[in-house]
Amino acid sequence: MNLLPSLRPILDELTQRFGAQIEHAHAPQPNELYLHAKLELAGALCSTLYRKHQGRLAGVFAEDARAGQNVFFVYYLLALDAAHGFVLVRVPIPADQPELNSVTNAIPAANWQEREIQDLFGIRLVGHPNPRRCALHDDWPEVYPLRKDFDLHSQLPPFMGERHKFREVEGEGVFQVPVGPVHAGIIEPGHFLFSVAGEPVLYLQLRMFYVHKGIEKLFESLPIPHCVRLAESISGDSSVAHATAFCHAVERAAGVEPPPRARALRTICLELERLYNHIADIGAICTDVAFVTAHMHAMRLKERILRVNEELTGNRLLRGMACPGGVRFDFDAGQLRALAQLVDELERQFNDLSELTRGNSGLRDRLETTGVLTPKVARDLGVVGIAGRASGFDHDLRRDVPHDFYDQVQFTVPVLTGGDVQCRFDVRRDEVVQSFAILRQVMAKLPAGPIAVPLGEVPADRVALGYVEGWRGEIFHWIHTAPGNRLARCKVKDPSLQNWPALSEAILGNIIPDFPVVNKSFNLSYSGTDR
Amino acid sequence: MFALETIAHRLRQGCQTMSYPDGPAPALPDRHGGALRVDSARCAAGCDACVPVCPTRAITRLPGQPVALDLGRCIFCSACVEACPPHAITQTNDHRMAVRGRGDLVLGKPGEEEVRLAAALDEKLRKLFGRSLRLRQVSAGGCNACEADTNVLGTIGWDLGRFGIQFVASPRHADGLLITGAVSRNMELALKKSYDAVPPPKIVIAVGACAIAGGPFVDHPQVCNGAAAVVPVDLFIPGCPPHPLTILDGLLRLLGRVERRLPP
Repeated sequence: MNLLPSLRPILDELTQRFGAQIEHAHAPQPNELYLHAKLELAGALCSTLYRKHQGRLAGVFAEDARAGQNVFFVYYLLALDAAHGFVLVRVPIPADQPELNSVTNAIPAANWQEREIQDLFGIRLVGHPNPRRCALHDDWPEVYPLRKDFDLHSQLPPFMGERHKFREVEGEGVFQVPVGPVHAGIIEPGHFLFSVAGEPVLYLQLRMFYVHKGIEKLFESLPIPHCVRLAESISGDSSVAHATAFCHAVERAAGVEPPPRARALRTICLELERLYNHIADIGAICTDVAFVTAHMHAMRLKERILRVNEELTGNRLLRGMACPGGVRFDFDAGQLRALAQLVDELERQFNDLSELTRGNSGLRDRLETTGVLTPKVARDLGVVGIAGRASGFDHDLRRDVPHDFYDQVQFTVPVLTGGDVQCRFDVRRDEVVQSFAILRQVMAKLPAGPIAVPLGEVPADRVALGYVEGWRGEIFHWIHTAPGNRLARCKVKDPSLQNWPALSEAILGNIIPDFPVVNKSFNLSYSGTDR
Repeated sequence: MFALETIAHRLRQGCQTMSYPDGPAPALPDRHGGALRVDSARCAAGCDACVPVCPTRAITRLPGQPVALDLGRCIFCSACVEACPPHAITQTNDHRMAVRGRGDLVLGKPGEEEVRLAAALDEKLRKLFGRSLRLRQVSAGGCNACEADTNVLGTIGWDLGRFGIQFVASPRHADGLLITGAVSRNMELALKKSYDAVPPPKIVIAVGACAIAGGPFVDHPQVCNGAAAVVPVDLFIPGCPPHPLTILDGLLRLLGRVERRLPP
């Protein structure tokens, strides 16, 4: 087994402790360790990795393997940042008794993902603290779309309207304020139910999955080259990150390494995506506290980036660029000049914007101590990306398990510990500055050569993990290939799914008028969550 | 002091709004491609190389029939353009592609090589909405890309407000809906309720491949294949996402504020 030296002691310790209960261990990639264990071991194994080895529960997902092995498999994906790798624990669930003990009480980060398995696979979560429906709303008929025997072309019976029961919050002077799913601005749909006593929020219930489109099922119906375009549509503002993570997975399954120039061009696109989103968020946070001048300035910079995106790839959101094996378009000298000019210009003007916001005491007054997410809660919920790093949760795949061209460039990962809106604002600002440096280094080191290698048909029955640190946080695509250049399963993990519950914690004790800015400081994707 | 600095900053920025539509539209870069054109006369006999490369199955070729490309389903990935040796499918670099009828987006038949651009609303509706159109946006199961490029229209470069078009917070204040997304089953009811809440007469605009035809999520039981399955649609604006210029052109076209067809 070709395993990373830093993962070896962890494997040794686990096999020593759990012995034959770990039935099989293999590593298709040096930093990707699979442990096939008995069902009873799931909780203990995950807890050990979580507590003792500081693993982060980055994903929980299932797969229907009843046709061949008469079981469902459930996978727990743990990211071991210090060991620069991942452990995937796989346990079988008998087809005739689809039940699984929940790990949510020990590892709260599993909460929504376990419920999703329950909805989509019909695997009952035993001991889950809140086993209500999530991905399929309460008015759905009894179907399990991710089971293999659910036909993609089946007709669902008509839905009979809302039946969801929110938790009641009672007491003298307590009011409930429902918001959504259709929001006041041009925003994706979701429902927020605030319980307030006077001004402060006592409790916030989130109801998501309004834009659940069954994307993971769709992946199983398409040939792999078409899947890339679907991956670009998982979350519009993370088109590059999702498509790149998907391409990584396919390339690893096929045993193909994209050429250096492709890795560099991907990195440029990832950083451009980070830049336009971070700058737009900085503006949007300002607008939510009525500082419109800064917002307009930020949106002008965003528009400037989107125009360059379009010049580089033909699409403002950089769509159409990704393909397994590399990238679809090369950048010529003129385009690279436009990019270099953009970075120079942005740096100057972003500096202006930073000064404008830094000097504004009214802005700081609204952002500081607002929407605090404490480091402990961030760790419990497994909060990822900028929201995690603003609460002292120091991890970034670009540094810890470098993908694409990130091992060739120098950058720092800004981490703050305050956990308030101001910290999430500052982490973005600091990351923007790092992005300028990364882009300059990539352009200076841009390798010559081909931009893609031919992939051919991807061999069947391979598993592979693709990962990318998107602007919002880490994105995972886990695939299991099937014959005929298709996928038996594609699990998509967007950072938003992990981070939404944190919003309910961060808003407690704040007033409803501050909710927009707290929400914006996380800026989570509904579509990425709901899929 | 920050108030003075903010004002000074604002003055330094000057006016950033584009001159379009009084001046020329900003040019699309070559790589963008714009609307597609299908000259089926150029198709090689029996060739259907473009059909399997389309990720949203927007292209069909029935035996004995010309190739048919549904720009409503198209996500503009240009795979068909690359796959077509005789250049029957080409890019026009034209941003204008909004239409009134769903069939106006199907390209390929002789005389129907390009989209049949939208006609304006009738006189009566134009009188009502021509100088003041309030829209409620409903995001009904897309990926937030169409929403992002619709939002952009409200920023200084585009300044939708100068046309009297505004997005409002409540459907009761609106003259119509602008819908994005394939309409997920979980959003079906909310979309219906939003539509019912708009006082008549009302218009509906479907923005993006998802809202027109389901986009990348087409033919999946968990979505409705677009807005028209739930509410009547008056204007279709293709793209994945549509360029803000395409959306703006569509809105102005509907209100009769741009020419029916200018030379590109």
